[in-house]
Amino acid sequence: MTDQPTHGPIVVLAGGLSHERDVSLRSGRRVAQALRDQGREVIESDLTPDLIELLRGLQNPVAFPVLHGGVGEDGGLQQVLTLLDVAYVGSEPGACRRAFNKAVAGPLIAQAGLARPRLAALPHDMFRELGAAALVAALGERIGFPMIVKPARSGSALGCTKVNAAAELPSAMVGAYSYGDLAVIEEFVDGTEVAVTVIEQDGVPVALPAVEIRPNSGIYDYTARYTAGETRFIVPAELGDEVADACAELAIAAHRVLGLRDLSRSDIVVRPDGTPVFIEVNSAPGMTETSLLPQEVEAAGWDFGVLCGQLVDGAWARHVSERVG
Amino acid sequence: MSLPEPSRRDSRLDPYIDAYAERTHGLTVSAVRALFAVANRPEVVSLAGGMPNITDLPREALGRAVDRLISERGTQAMQYGSGQGEPFMREQIVEVMAEEHIHAHADDIVVTCGSQQALDLVTRVFVDPGDVVLAEAPSYVGAIGTFRAYQAEIVHVSMDEHGIEPDALRAALVSCKAAGKRVKFLYTIPNFQNPTGVTQSVERRRELLAIAKEHDLMVVEDNPYGLLTLEAEPKPALRSMDDEHVIYLGSFSKIFAPGFRVGWVLAPHAVREKLVLTQEAATLCPPVFSQFAIATYLHEFDWRGQIKVYREMYRERRDAMLAGLVEHMPPGTTWTHPNGGFFVWVTLPEGLDSQAMLPRAISARVAYTTGTAFYADGLGSRNMRLSFCFPTPERIIEGTRRLGEVLAQELEMHHTFGLGVDAPRHFDLTTGPAPDIS
Repeated sequence: MTDQPTHGPIVVLAGGLSHERDVSLRSGRRVAQALRDQGREVIESDLTPDLIELLRGLQNPVAFPVLHGGVGEDGGLQQVLTLLDVAYVGSEPGACRRAFNKAVAGPLIAQAGLARPRLAALPHDMFRELGAAALVAALGERIGFPMIVKPARSGSALGCTKVNAAAELPSAMVGAYSYGDLAVIEEFVDGTEVAVTVIEQDGVPVALPAVEIRPNSGIYDYTARYTAGETRFIVPAELGDEVADACAELAIAAHRVLGLRDLSRSDIVVRPDGTPVFIEVNSAPGMTETSLLPQEVEAAGWDFGVLCGQLVDGAWARHVSERVG
Repeated sequence: MSLPEPSRRDSRLDPYIDAYAERTHGLTVSAVRALFAVANRPEVVSLAGGMPNITDLPREALGRAVDRLISERGTQAMQYGSGQGEPFMREQIVEVMAEEHIHAHADDIVVTCGSQQALDLVTRVFVDPGDVVLAEAPSYVGAIGTFRAYQAEIVHVSMDEHGIEPDALRAALVSCKAAGKRVKFLYTIPNFQNPTGVTQSVERRRELLAIAKEHDLMVVEDNPYGLLTLEAEPKPALRSMDDEHVIYLGSFSKIFAPGFRVGWVLAPHAVREKLVLTQEAATLCPPVFSQFAIATYLHEFDWRGQIKVYREMYRERRDAMLAGLVEHMPPGTTWTHPNGGFFVWVTLPEGLDSQAMLPRAISARVAYTTGTAFYADGLGSRNMRLSFCFPTPERIIEGTRRLGEVLAQELEMHHTFGLGVDAPRHFDLTTGPAPDIS
């Protein structure tokens, strides 16, 4: 039996050019520090033209992408890492693409028989070519009010608007299209807002305790997400055991349906009757001081740094085994 | 790791939330401000920040001078100093102000940590919560932040291409008095105003001072850009025309370099005493090493010649921006034509909202500062501030080209959705980018 090679430096990738660069930089610093606290050798890097040279110059690096939005979350970076034969934490390119694009993830979730809101995904060209008035009316009839309008490929609630009446819809559409050319219009689901993180242990997805989100303003927008004190978090969420289990099952099912790997965080709304409804999933969940995943990890009695280290070790072991295979 | 039975935690992630002073309310993370994180990347043409371009400074010679300063006078330069500022520094500031026809005595100067701290000290000395501060509409975002921090009520006074409108100033004073409010001072940037680039005419300055005298109104004159004029001569400072009603704020940030953080306030004697004591309470003394370094620069280098170099460099950039705007802005867009300073103020075609459009601009790799940052009352959504101080002329032209495309897309979007001039506005009051956003 030959000794398995050990991995080299961990390259925490954060920043990028997406609208969520600021969040990503904060997430990246947190992950890098947690890994250093575990005695790991860490290099922090932005997505720059030097990155490929950096990775090629290292002996057995493991990449830990903590990029939110853009090429860091849509599978582009993961494709590059695969091409370079660099081990990395997180999902493969195809799964990232499925999860990141709400217009793709939503229908896949529905096809799997999981509860999700009614939704329509429309590029802005459609409105230009067919005329906005008729489409706006059709959306009102099909989706109903209130509804949520959001960019199909974005995060951190950027560009999201709750629309209560038809007159508000055009402005909300323009707001979503400011972030990209595809928007999702979905039924607003009223209920308890929770998030459930899924972590794979030896390839088996495990759901962490759900965290319940109660923003002071009533809206979990960018400010509520990233300003300490602006949102009340209850973890584990105040749900009955049965409902909590249903949320955990939904998050694990979404993780599996989309083919995600290592970690994900599903955002769920629990209807007043106790039915959990899938809203969206993040293959690169936030890791900032106010993010949900670290809170769930702590509530589970785990150590954030240890978990990050385990994710790195798992990614490296997988990489080695794939090479051998 | 297995999952133990967790105990419930109910947290707002801020254990100090109930302890904060009331003045911190509203100090929250802003999505708009977060978008500027991308602006520092080289791929983005940032027309957002107000960073002076200091690449033309004689850095090697400055380095040698600083070396000598440390070896020959380091024990003084790295020691505590006077709360009012070093006497030699204040003497030299008198010389700098003479360039704008201000006759002052070094005793009436208080050196500060940038003119931003001068503004902070003046506000601290004069303003109680609820007092009114008058400011141009729009006004410098950093000043609005300071006034808010002292819980002042900010009342904007409209301006035109010659500066503050006298009738509007009178009306604001009458209205505040009728409402029983105490107006503590008028804050104004008479030269190449931030954000509009507008310069008060001499006639307008006289009218403004006449109103100040009539209403016993204190005027805080903030003049960081005055010497960066592209005209033959700087206009006379308000302080050169009235030494009773004017508190003057000056800075080395634009005529030398901002990293030293040295500014000053020139105030009537009684006010100056209070400012010195307040300064001592705030910082003990302004940065002593910086004062020695700047004094060395003023003494050993041709600082007047350097200002001429800066002027020509900024003239080239200003010209590039104005040419780029002519070439790339869609019909219905207007902008100011500054004769100095750093900024152009753009008014967008009706219905467009610069804040709502910012994500599209960031995607197109161009950044600007949204107009709402310069108002305390949510106005300014149809405006944006463009800075021409930092990027090269070629990058400025490219930035305006990208901006033109963004505006075209936004106009098309508004046309598609039939959004009129009364489209919902974004009243997410936000600060502009941090000062180091190039």
